[in-house]
Amino acid sequence: MALTRKDVEKVSLLARLRLSEAELETLSSELAQIISYIDLLGEVDTEGVEPMAHAVEVSNVFATDEVKPSLDREQALANAPSSNGRGYLVPPVLGS
Amino acid sequence: MDSPYTTVIGLEVHVQLATNSKLFCGCSTQFGAEPNTQTCPVCIGLPGSLPVMNRLAYELSLKTAVALNCEIPEFTKWDRKQYFYPDLPKGYQISQFDLPMSSGGFLEIHDTKDQFEPKRIRITRAHLEEDAGKSVHDEVAGKADSEIDLNRTGTPLLEIVSEPDMRSSAEARAFLDELKLLLLYIGVSDCNMQEGSLRVDANVNLHLETDEGKIATPIVEIKNMNSFRAVERALDYEAARQYRVWQETGQKIGESPKQTRGWDDAEGITLGQRSKEESSDYRYFPDPDLAPVTASPERVHEVKAGLCELPASLRSRLLSEHGLSLYDADVLVNQGRAVVDYFLEVAKQSGDSKSACNWVTQEILRILKDREISIGDFSVSATHLADLLLAVKEEKLPKSRAKDALELMDAKNIEVAEAIEQLGIEQVDESALMTLCQELLDANPKIVADVQAGKQQAVGALIGQAKKKNPNVDPGQVRKICLELAQKD
Amino acid sequence: MLRAATDEVIWCRLFWGVDRHNSDRYFSMSLLEHSACELLQLLEEGKTSSVELAQAYLDAIEARDSQIGSFLRVDAEAAIRRAEQIDRRRGKGEQLGKLAGLPVAVKDVLCDRETKTTCASRMLESFRPPYDSTVVAKLKAADAVLIGRTNMDEFAMGGSTENSAFQVTRNPWDLERTPGGSSGGAAACVAGGMAPLSIGTDTGGSIRQPAGLCGVVGMKPTYGRVSRFGLIAFASSLDQVGPLARSTQDAALLLETIAGHDPQDATSLDVAVPKYSATIKQPLKNLRIGIVREHFAEGLDAEVETAVRDAIKVYESLGATVKEISLPHSKYAVATYYVIAPSEASSNLARYDSVHYGYRTDRAAMLKELEEERKELETAGDQAGLNSLDSPLVRMYRQSRAEGFGPEVKRRIMLGAYTLSAGYYDAYYLKALKVRRLIRQDFDAAFEEVDLIASPVTAQPAFKLGAMADDPLSMYLVDLYTVSANLAGLPGISLPCGFSSGGLPIGLQLQAPPLGEETLLRGAYMFEQATDWCRRRPSLER
Repeated sequence: MALTRKDVEKVSLLARLRLSEAELETLSSELAQIISYIDLLGEVDTEGVEPMAHAVEVSNVFATDEVKPSLDREQALANAPSSNGRGYLVPPVLGS
Repeated sequence: MDSPYTTVIGLEVHVQLATNSKLFCGCSTQFGAEPNTQTCPVCIGLPGSLPVMNRLAYELSLKTAVALNCEIPEFTKWDRKQYFYPDLPKGYQISQFDLPMSSGGFLEIHDTKDQFEPKRIRITRAHLEEDAGKSVHDEVAGKADSEIDLNRTGTPLLEIVSEPDMRSSAEARAFLDELKLLLLYIGVSDCNMQEGSLRVDANVNLHLETDEGKIATPIVEIKNMNSFRAVERALDYEAARQYRVWQETGQKIGESPKQTRGWDDAEGITLGQRSKEESSDYRYFPDPDLAPVTASPERVHEVKAGLCELPASLRSRLLSEHGLSLYDADVLVNQGRAVVDYFLEVAKQSGDSKSACNWVTQEILRILKDREISIGDFSVSATHLADLLLAVKEEKLPKSRAKDALELMDAKNIEVAEAIEQLGIEQVDESALMTLCQELLDANPKIVADVQAGKQQAVGALIGQAKKKNPNVDPGQVRKICLELAQKD
Repeated sequence: MLRAATDEVIWCRLFWGVDRHNSDRYFSMSLLEHSACELLQLLEEGKTSSVELAQAYLDAIEARDSQIGSFLRVDAEAAIRRAEQIDRRRGKGEQLGKLAGLPVAVKDVLCDRETKTTCASRMLESFRPPYDSTVVAKLKAADAVLIGRTNMDEFAMGGSTENSAFQVTRNPWDLERTPGGSSGGAAACVAGGMAPLSIGTDTGGSIRQPAGLCGVVGMKPTYGRVSRFGLIAFASSLDQVGPLARSTQDAALLLETIAGHDPQDATSLDVAVPKYSATIKQPLKNLRIGIVREHFAEGLDAEVETAVRDAIKVYESLGATVKEISLPHSKYAVATYYVIAPSEASSNLARYDSVHYGYRTDRAAMLKELEEERKELETAGDQAGLNSLDSPLVRMYRQSRAEGFGPEVKRRIMLGAYTLSAGYYDAYYLKALKVRRLIRQDFDAAFEEVDLIASPVTAQPAFKLGAMADDPLSMYLVDLYTVSANLAGLPGISLPCGFSSGGLPIGLQLQAPPLGEETLLRGAYMFEQATDWCRRRPSLER
């Protein structure tokens, strides 16, 4: 499947990356090259094969419903790039 | 049908499950805490943190799905739904995509006001997912920063999706009422809408018969409805709006992208919302941090067997075994299992379902409501109320004094016999009553004359006088005897 | 197979050329020489102290690491403090942990509440986790002295450690060459004698490949054997923490310390951990070694092939039978890996959105630029452009992530977001998951016939720094021999098995069935005992 520059732009928004013109150019060709290598998978017959999402397949792993201590608010917000001591601050969500 | 269109409604309900801790960590789910005081590395999505699923959350989900008659597949898994939003700290929500824990159920709804026939609303699926946090936006959007509170992040939610099987706001309301009742009965959620424990989104469009044949209008999703009443109003508004828009534009389904509109309760209107950027490419994939869950048919059977009697079955039992009207059965069942149990006990011990129902649905519920207490806090036990009913039946207690007796029993925490005694109620024997009535008639010749002239209601004035002289007299008997004696004269 | 005594002497002399601990000079030299197991014994017998040991290694780091660059941060004071505590407790006769007093280096990808954890990324340059990863907690509980945080490829993405946002790490055997990656710092510090034990992580070979290129022992355990809690994720279904050391015995000791079930990691295996160090010396009888037909193909360096084939002969001389096997889907392993790993990575790295932690772009500059773009579009009357212009929030995300991540990380996020996106999921991600199962089934079938599979670790010895900078695909193909173990969840070990004519280490990889760590370590130990590659140390003549 050929990957186009337009795909790359679309994905850069999906992935929330701002890419320069030069980066878009380089990435378009690099990704196209990698994708065409990955297209090798197309030749494998996987009819009837169950997907394997985990390296070791375990199931039914649970924790008990038990309240454990939370972080202090100060600790929780300590790594925030911007906060007002109550919450994390971000530019207006709804935009201008 | 009068309406030129049929409204087609599907509902999406998010229910917060009644766990103490969050879905993937040990933080409390208690509502109302100070912002960002109930978070930890896992629910903040700090680098390196990993989710482990709360067993109770899964079990409550399973219980609900079984109660909703869903099929429970043997294998289910959790997927990441990816999008960027500040209240979603991991950049993805752990949810379920292609293999939900349940699907293909139904819920029966009915209407006591007879606006629609009883019907079965199909449940597409119910799946377990995590909640997001909360963004507090500044009033003047676009000016100040938004503040993010992650207390709610990771709270377990069950998303219940119905098929578009409802045809009116009344049906949607009935579905929500019945669903809420079911959830409360099986104890999986407190369903508190004010605290966000139950949230409803609606998908609605219209089907119209036109000259070109049947057509459908574009589907609109309505959000921000904060009460069941709001859901009804929003649906009515939206149906009318869509009809108007259709008349203006003739736009059919598929001719415009699915729109999301928010309900403005104060204005009573729906408003178009900004669609999310680049629509929705959520890039779902199985969450590698979580193990899948398997549910054997035996396990599902166990859950089914362990379920309490559900509202629908309880309601029909009240109808068939106790001869109650649908209306009365509904009133009782809607009060919750404790009130129903109270009724059942009173009915059993008094042997009189009809009276038991009247007493419970009228007197008892009124008292509970006035005092804002639950049946468990009411001091007159079902046995004692049944005794009261029996006392009335055996005429140890005049019907007219029964309420007084109940009040006294409640206030002083005593049994009916003692209340009768304290009220000074005695049986008035026939001859004493005759004497009393004759005295009254003798003292009121005008009334006698009126009665003889055919104005039987004139005798009513004597009943009050009789009660004054002896509070134990039965007003009905007084009336009957006075009429007989007056005619004789 | 010559004993490299002269090299050792030269190396030690250079190490201690400027020596502030003159009186202890000879002893300190031998301290750096001993294996971790031997050091534990010396500590127990009172022949050295934790402080002395920590100081010896700190001095080694100071003397050597300006050239190698294996450590991102070393907190000498904290290490000495910790060593003093342990000495005090030992003095009081207290029961001490399994690694009491031993310096251990930790890859800067495992959360430690006492230090920053950066993943060698600008994004996390100032991130201080408020919690300990399970592995770090276990090391602390074992009374290890955590001596420093090692360099890596940013977010563990890479095979040369050149993707670190902060510094280059050099191969102690040749400073012009890469130590491999992503655990390049972890391997280089052990090879360079700056830590006896070191913790790395392996998603597609990130422990085994640098161990191979640096001539040390490195092991990737079975997926789920070691907890991932607090390990900053690259690709969750592939990541595994493991030991790097100078010998298999040391690796066994470190593994048994960090392994075990963790209720905080749902993918962790609830299986008891054997005492690997106790059984490692027991030779395996009737050992069946498999060699994979597909492994000895085009692209394999002749010297590497010779070294690996010689290693297999050593096993034969030890009584093992060698059987050629086939892993028919192994040629798809790299492609499978480069769908699954970037897909998971694109998702795992979505959390770096500059809201709750991590790097955020300068707000004022960002808004100013956005405003200028808006004006420009308005002037041009470009309505489509205006409609697609980022909102301030979206721009903040995009700008912060663009500045916070390096090129390789961006490349993989883009690749992963693409392979998971609507319309491509089935062709790439789902397909890769199915091929992954076929790869696993190949191994299951192979392990019916053999106990261990022997192979090269890499096709070539360490390459020159910068050699693959402009060729991401070639860089990815370096992982040819290692990615299968991650896809299949198998344990694998890399151990020295020779040197190139240029004096570069060559690694032998052994792989075992899931939870076959004990067999793997015993098998590796047999080889180690029969040869002396493990005892070679880099000389500093270069």
